[in-house]
Parts: sequence; structure tokens; C-alpha cells
Amino acid sequence: MDWIPYRDIAYNGLWKNNQALVALLGLCPLLAVSNSVVNSFGLGLATTVALVLSNVIVSLIRRQVSHEVRLPVYVLVIAANVTIIDLLMNAFFHDLHKILGIFIPLIVTNCAIMGRAEAYASKNTVDKALADGLFMGLGFSLVLVALGGIRELIGTGHLFGRADLMFGDIAKHWSIEVFHDYEGLLLAILPPGAFIGLGLIIAFKNVIDARVNDR
Amino acid sequence: MNLTIKTMASAATILGLFSLLGIGLVTLVHHATESRIAENQRLTMLNSLQNLIPTGTYDNDMLADVMVISDSSLGPKSITVHRARHFGKPVAAVFSTIAPDGYGGDIHLLVGVKADGGILGVRVLEHKETPGLGDFIDETKSNWILGFNGLFLGNPPEKQWKVKRDGGVFDQFTGATITPRAVVKAVRNTLDYFNNHRNALFTLSPPSDDD
Repeated sequence: MDWIPYRDIAYNGLWKNNQALVALLGLCPLLAVSNSVVNSFGLGLATTVALVLSNVIVSLIRRQVSHEVRLPVYVLVIAANVTIIDLLMNAFFHDLHKILGIFIPLIVTNCAIMGRAEAYASKNTVDKALADGLFMGLGFSLVLVALGGIRELIGTGHLFGRADLMFGDIAKHWSIEVFHDYEGLLLAILPPGAFIGLGLIIAFKNVIDARVNDR
Repeated sequence: MNLTIKTMASAATILGLFSLLGIGLVTLVHHATESRIAENQRLTMLNSLQNLIPTGTYDNDMLADVMVISDSSLGPKSITVHRARHFGKPVAAVFSTIAPDGYGGDIHLLVGVKADGGILGVRVLEHKETPGLGDFIDETKSNWILGFNGLFLGNPPEKQWKVKRDGGVFDQFTGATITPRAVVKAVRNTLDYFNNHRNALFTLSPPSDDD
């Protein structure tokens, strides 16, 4: 089996064409939810699942859907997809749904899913579309968690607060107090903190890319 | 010309088929999961009720001992009241109050009121407030909501059942005034309704006792 296309897919998703850092897609949920590591992890997880599913379906139907109506069809696929995930989770993983429930409607506002459907899944085979969805989702999640970590750390001086919401009672004591006697910087938790934090992460990525290019 | 019409027709057919398929799938899953979701919500409800009213202080089945009320002061939707009794005597009423004016729409609350009009406790069941800003009303995020415990209309005085920014006594959080304002208002209206309808709320026998 030829692994090179998959390596490229992974590199694209995680770094080169990272949806949050390069394509700047999906900013609405990204900026809104990334105020703690746990919240970011939840949204990242839900987004990755939705991306994989929608990519697979769009790739499966790519020959049947004519060019003119492809966008409304993708919207239908994504909306139906997310609604069904929401219902199934509510029925079978009720406790998890109570936590991730608020994130699921936010996924619909994530244009990265539409973007991948149009730019990749509609032109590639199912296996590659699946890999693309997975790595784009992971790349998005990594940025989310990094941003969530920065904002939580600067905003509250803690990390992994309220992890028990996601991982159950064993995670009750995961919260780490990084700075002692720290008053917290509210700006980092509020929306401007999200913009500033994302800007810094993008700048950081550009610096690394520039260094690599110079060599 | 004919070709254009043909393309249009086939595009419309594809779109129509996918719409039907999408609706069909969602409907199917909705039907398949409906009863399970309802059961989950019933259990969650029972849990929340037991969370508010200490076990042992009542001996009836609160999930069955319900009445539905509707009053303009409590918003446009009718709300459910669960009643706790001990040997038939009223212990508390738990209102499924909806605060309609949250930042993200309806905030579903449980307001437990003791027979003497004091608050047993308030809990948020469901809300769409901004994560990280308005969601401190959730017991799992902060203990703000526990501040209602033991209060009644008169303590604080009715005029001060407001958030601090509006001249009342309840804390608001930075960046989120709308959310606590909606909750405080809904709780005040619920207490008000309770005080005005106390007897009717408890004297009506539950439907299951009817012949």
C-alpha cells in the first residue's frame, strides 16, 4: 500500500493547511468555546466526528450529485448528519450529551466541514476523504486545545479545570494550579482573549514556517 | 434550450431526492430514539428532584404528582409543577420554570419552593448561554445558583429581587448580566405565583388519584 498520499493528508491537516491556522475556517465555534482545555477538547472531539462522517458521505455521493446543486446537497448532508449525531448521543450517551450538547449545534456553524466537503471529499475516494476528515479534525482540535490551554492558564492560572465534566469523577482532581495566588486575567477568558490568542498561535506558526524556509 | 431544462430538471430531482432522504433519515432516527430520550430525561428529572428535596422528607411519587399551570407572569408556555407531600401534607412544590429572556433563549429551571414559601433550591436544567460567560448559572460551573437557597419574597425585599446592576442584591458576572437577570426574574415570578396560588397548588389532587 502506498502511504505517501496519507502522509501528505496528515501533514496538510495537522500543519500546512490547518483549518484553524491557515484556512481560518470554523472561527465561530473555535473562538467561542476555547476558554478552557476541557471545553476545547469536547468541541474538537465532536467536530472531528462530524468532519469524518460528512467527508465520507460526500465522497460516496460525489458522482451522483451534479455540479449545480452540490452545495445545497452538502448542507443537507451536514445538517442531517449533525442532527442524527445529536439524537443518537442524547439517546445512548445521555450524560455525555449533557456535556457536549451545547457544542453540537455549534458544529453546524463550522464552515471547515463545508470547506472540506467542497475542496476535498467531493473530488477524492472514500478512504482519502476519511483520512482528510480525520486529520483536518485533529488539526482543528489541536489548535482548539492549545488555545483553550493558553486562555485557561492566563485567565485563571489553572489547567484542566472541571475535567470531571468530560471524564467522570476520576478527573475531579486533574485541575492543576499552575500559578499560586494568581488573580486571573479576565481578558483571556473573554472573546478578545480568543482573538489575541489565535493571532499569537498563527504568528508562532508563521515564524516556524519562515525559519524552515530559510534553511 | 432543451438541454438547459433537462439539466435543471435533473438537478432539481437530485436535490429533491436528497432532501427526502435527509428528512427520512432524521425522522427515522427521531422515532427510534424518542422513547429512550424521554426515559433519559425522566430519570434525569427524578435525579434533579431528589437533588432539591432531601429524601425522607416526602413519601409520594413526585414524578406522578404533577399539575400543569399556565400564567402570563411565568411566560407564554405552560409549566409543570411537581409536588412533594408527607402523609398527604404539602412539603414543597417544584416548578419547571422557564426564563424566556436568557442570552441564548429559554433557560429551563427547577425552582423548589417549600410549603412556607421559602426557596428549597434552584437548579438549571437546560440552557444555551455562552459557554464560559453565561454558564456560571449551572451548578457544575459555579455555586452562584445555590445563593437562592433559603431566600423568600421579603428576604430580600421584593424590590431588590434584581441583579446588582439593576439595583438589587444578586451578583452578576462580568460580561454576563442578561443571564442572571433572566434567572432572578424567573425565580421571583415563580415565588410570586406560589404565594398567590399556594392553596390551589397543593389542594388539587393528582390525576392518578381520580376515579
